[in-house]
Amino acid sequence: MADANIPPSRPDPDALLAQIKGAASAAARGKLRVYFGASAGVGKTYAMLAAAKKAKSEHVDVVVGVVETHGRAETAALLDGLEQLPQRRVDYRGRDLKEFDIDAALGRKPQLLLVDELAHSNVEGSRHPKRWQDVEELLEAGIDIWTALNVQHLESLNDVVGGITQVRVMETVPDHVFDGANEVVLVDLPADELLKRLKAGKVYMPEQAARAAKGFFRKGNLMALREIALRRTADRVEDDVQTYRDAEDINRVWKTEAGLLACVGPTANAEQVVRSTARLANQLSVSWHAVYVETSALQRLPASKREAILNVLKLAEDLQARTAVLASDAPARAISDYASNHNLSKIVLGNALASTVPGEQSGISTLALWWKRHGSGLSRDLARLAPELDRIEVGRSADPSTRPLTSSIRRNPIDDEREGAPTAGSKLHRWRYALTLAACAVTTLLCLPLHGRLALANVVMVFLLCVVFVAMRYGRAPAALAAVVNVLAFDFVFVPPRFSFAVEDAQYVVTFSVMLLVGLIIGHLTAGLRFQARIASHRETRAQTLFGFARDLASALQNEQIIGSSIAVLSNTFGKEVALILPGANEQLQNPTHALATGQQAVDLTVAQWAFDHEKEVGFATDTLPANHYRYVPLKAPVRLRGILVLRPENPRWLLIPEQRRYIETFASLIAIALERVHFVQVAQSMLVNVESERLRNSLLAALSHDLRTPLTALIGLTESLAHSKPALSASQTELTSEVFSSALRMHTMVNNLLDMARLESGEVRLRKDWQSIEEVVGVTLRALQPSLNGRVIDVRLPQGLPLVQIDAALMERVFANLIENALKYAPENSPIEVTASTAENTLTVNIADRGPGLPDQDVETLFDKFTRGEQESAKPGVGLGLSICKAIVTAHKGKIYASNRPDGGAVFSFDLPLPSYATQAGLRASATAMSEPS
Amino acid sequence: MTTPLETNNNELQSPAKNPGAGLTLVLIEDDAQIRRFVRMALEDEHWQVFEATTVRQGLAACASAQPNLVIADLGLPDGDGVTLIRELRAWSPVPILVLSARTGEQQKVEALDAGADDYLTKPFSVAELLARVRAHVRRAAKSSDAGASAQYSFADVVVDLGARTVQRAGAAVHLTPIEYGLLTTLITNAGRVVTQRQLLSEVWGPGYVERSHYLRIHMGHLRHKLENDPAQPQHFLTEIGVGYRFSP
Repeated sequence: MADANIPPSRPDPDALLAQIKGAASAAARGKLRVYFGASAGVGKTYAMLAAAKKAKSEHVDVVVGVVETHGRAETAALLDGLEQLPQRRVDYRGRDLKEFDIDAALGRKPQLLLVDELAHSNVEGSRHPKRWQDVEELLEAGIDIWTALNVQHLESLNDVVGGITQVRVMETVPDHVFDGANEVVLVDLPADELLKRLKAGKVYMPEQAARAAKGFFRKGNLMALREIALRRTADRVEDDVQTYRDAEDINRVWKTEAGLLACVGPTANAEQVVRSTARLANQLSVSWHAVYVETSALQRLPASKREAILNVLKLAEDLQARTAVLASDAPARAISDYASNHNLSKIVLGNALASTVPGEQSGISTLALWWKRHGSGLSRDLARLAPELDRIEVGRSADPSTRPLTSSIRRNPIDDEREGAPTAGSKLHRWRYALTLAACAVTTLLCLPLHGRLALANVVMVFLLCVVFVAMRYGRAPAALAAVVNVLAFDFVFVPPRFSFAVEDAQYVVTFSVMLLVGLIIGHLTAGLRFQARIASHRETRAQTLFGFARDLASALQNEQIIGSSIAVLSNTFGKEVALILPGANEQLQNPTHALATGQQAVDLTVAQWAFDHEKEVGFATDTLPANHYRYVPLKAPVRLRGILVLRPENPRWLLIPEQRRYIETFASLIAIALERVHFVQVAQSMLVNVESERLRNSLLAALSHDLRTPLTALIGLTESLAHSKPALSASQTELTSEVFSSALRMHTMVNNLLDMARLESGEVRLRKDWQSIEEVVGVTLRALQPSLNGRVIDVRLPQGLPLVQIDAALMERVFANLIENALKYAPENSPIEVTASTAENTLTVNIADRGPGLPDQDVETLFDKFTRGEQESAKPGVGLGLSICKAIVTAHKGKIYASNRPDGGAVFSFDLPLPSYATQAGLRASATAMSEPS
Repeated sequence: MTTPLETNNNELQSPAKNPGAGLTLVLIEDDAQIRRFVRMALEDEHWQVFEATTVRQGLAACASAQPNLVIADLGLPDGDGVTLIRELRAWSPVPILVLSARTGEQQKVEALDAGADDYLTKPFSVAELLARVRAHVRRAAKSSDAGASAQYSFADVVVDLGARTVQRAGAAVHLTPIEYGLLTTLITNAGRVVTQRQLLSEVWGPGYVERSHYLRIHMGHLRHKLENDPAQPQHFLTEIGVGYRFSP
């Protein structure tokens, strides 16, 4: 009733605390064991199952999530007696596939789960595209996992192994998963043994792979693979060693002061550069970054090329790098600045000469050549600019079957259409060239009347002006076109013989070359300036948007305002489809109140909930549910998650650019902080209201108590005086006064109970807790009850040395008083009433026992409800508030009150109070007695 | 149901007592009915009673009447009883007995710390009021006697303040220095309510006023050594949430 002002969503602090504790225990991450082998057929699954059998016999709760026996009898035999999870059936393009069921595993939550083939790729449409991501989630849920992995599936070794075996596998596992495993069991088999097994048909091979496998299972290959696997296992720092190192010297683990920087360009060996850097960083135990310097030239690369570069950056991110795209026309400067800003001492570059790809399309070859020149220049420039940086050049892989990195973006058909159709961009391109030609024609026409009046040198100036104009308006390539066309037009129209390309005077050749050169240079410079200006204005817009957004949010006082301005700004920046989903009560996300503008696909609330629960970015272009059309960004505020931002950018490629993602993250954290601020403003306001209403309640109760007690005091006092008045009253008058007196006392008790109840019911009971001795409280209670005892004996038997308890003594006295008065009321006169106490490990129990008629058979619990009395309509005084007051007080002390019948007649009312820990008790006694003895 | 009225009646009517003869008392209380019965009871014991209904009147009455005892209600129309006590204590050592509501533990402590000697919770019995009044008059008379006696006795206990020894029923009782300190502090304030704060700072020192558990532990020891039934003490009485009172 009093809490009407508090919004129901505000979590109770105790509940929050419990939740945090719960989360802490759930946070116990499961352990990962990897059975690691050089190739298929070494017996990983067999070893894993054998170990699982052993664990099972030791009463470990083992469940087989998914295991491929490949029809081998000896392996299948091991599965006997092990519980197996049912597989999920997936209908994929008409084929009925079986997949590992992660939800079943999470639901079963065994102690140990066997998940074979860590590198497996899930069927499209699964929650995670890769099985190792399923395993991560299961580990997060606290389940121990055993799994198996071959060396060629390790991401950073993928190209090395591919180079050796000439077979490149598509299914890879990031190294951090392998390195993060708690245990790695190397399943080793000499090459000859393996070949023997192969001949005996003990190695499973899918038919389509048989041909490739023939090349794969060569003795030389197997020996090389075995060596790599052994070395990789040795490289892996064991879990305990790592922990020991962490404890000894944290700085040694990740030497941030000497990190690596991989430079990614449009070269074929960019991927090589990233993988090599990752391996190197792992060996050196340092952090690493990958950057792509986008020059104005690179900006004009075709979309597919740019996407390839962004995919390389994505790979770098998967290999635990920090990535960035730098926009600059001076790559060496940008790279050295970045390196010094991030304390990176080694730069890894692609070897430009090695990067020429044979058979490259001719359209690209000029660019590749440019990069080649540029690339080798880059290394030189870097050496000049930052001689303190080490440069490492990486050659191109010998692997012939270089696979293009598949895009992690699965485009929907609409996007494909957009790409396929002649886009607005290419139309614009054509217009630019047309307009350039027009500008050249206009210049020529303008110059025509000037012929004869101006020297030819000045006419050249006008043509150059035209080039500058074109460069400013349309960029570099049109400027080059203008330079060439202008030279031709000048030659054709003005240079004698006129209206022919022939030249009379040989010195005009110099004029032409200078004119062309100056035109090209001016065009280049102007276009560069234009590029810089565009970047600057782009950044300016971004900063302006963020600034305006931050200002809007700062003035928002309600969630609705935050949602409104977020949607407005974000839909302007990223596209129309934006939504904010906030949690309601019970941490459940609620449907956004605002509808999405044009939903192709409804926002999936369960996906948002998953993102919210796991505090992970999911959906489009992430590792989790990449098939979803939307991106779900958690709104992380300093204290907790505040909701989920859902958006679908108009151009899906945006989400690949690290800057754009960071831009979104900035928005998300701005929103989160604003939401948190509003939340705490609301909390503060409701606190204020609470304090205010409590003050009001207290003063009201105080006034009521005063107004009720003052006449009662007078009534009692006056009756007493009347009894003592002189001359003495007659016997009947004395009896009447005595009746008035006892009625007034009863009235007083009732008023006390009603006021107590009102106080206890009116909201939080503020306990004035202090260390108290039960003995003292009992003593005080009995003394206060003395007038109504009428000589009846209360048998108090408290054990010596009862520990002190933290209680509100005044309230606890009410409990004792009510319970003893209750016993007095129901037990016959002259029957004893016993007060006893005992202690258990962490509770103190007090019993008040009588020899009365005992409790009725009805539900004993209702005794403590309001207005309940042992006997209905009885002549015994009271309104049945006493016991409910006792219950309220004991409960407020985090105790428990209960009643029962004694086996040998009578009732016993007991209550438990929490005791301080043994150490606290001992501390209290020690500190008190230390003072008592003279030193 | 027999009431305490009758027993008190006998006690009151015993002719030997005239404790209030020649003594004056100021009663500061805003409720006329309460004033009336308190006055009646006191005048029966031959007190000369001056009444006041506000803080200002009360202070004026105390200044002019130079009373032997003051009874003051804590809730007065023109101010807080605690301020009255503070002002009165600035110039008078007169015993002050406070009347207060049941739940106002904090207010009682404030009043006692401000200098009040005792309190009664409303509604109170007239007999209890008179008993308290008598005790304070006795104490005031004793403390004005020059040179307090070196011995103090109650029930079967004899405290030799000079020799710092305690005997109970003729046998020596060993008290720790802290227990002895508690005992003497309570004895010197016999009849008065001593707040926890006052006791802690008196016996342990001003730095210990928050350590109420010291009091609980040592008071328990003292009761076990000097009381017949420590769970139902007769002399070392607890005033819950407020402090302790020694009743001889």
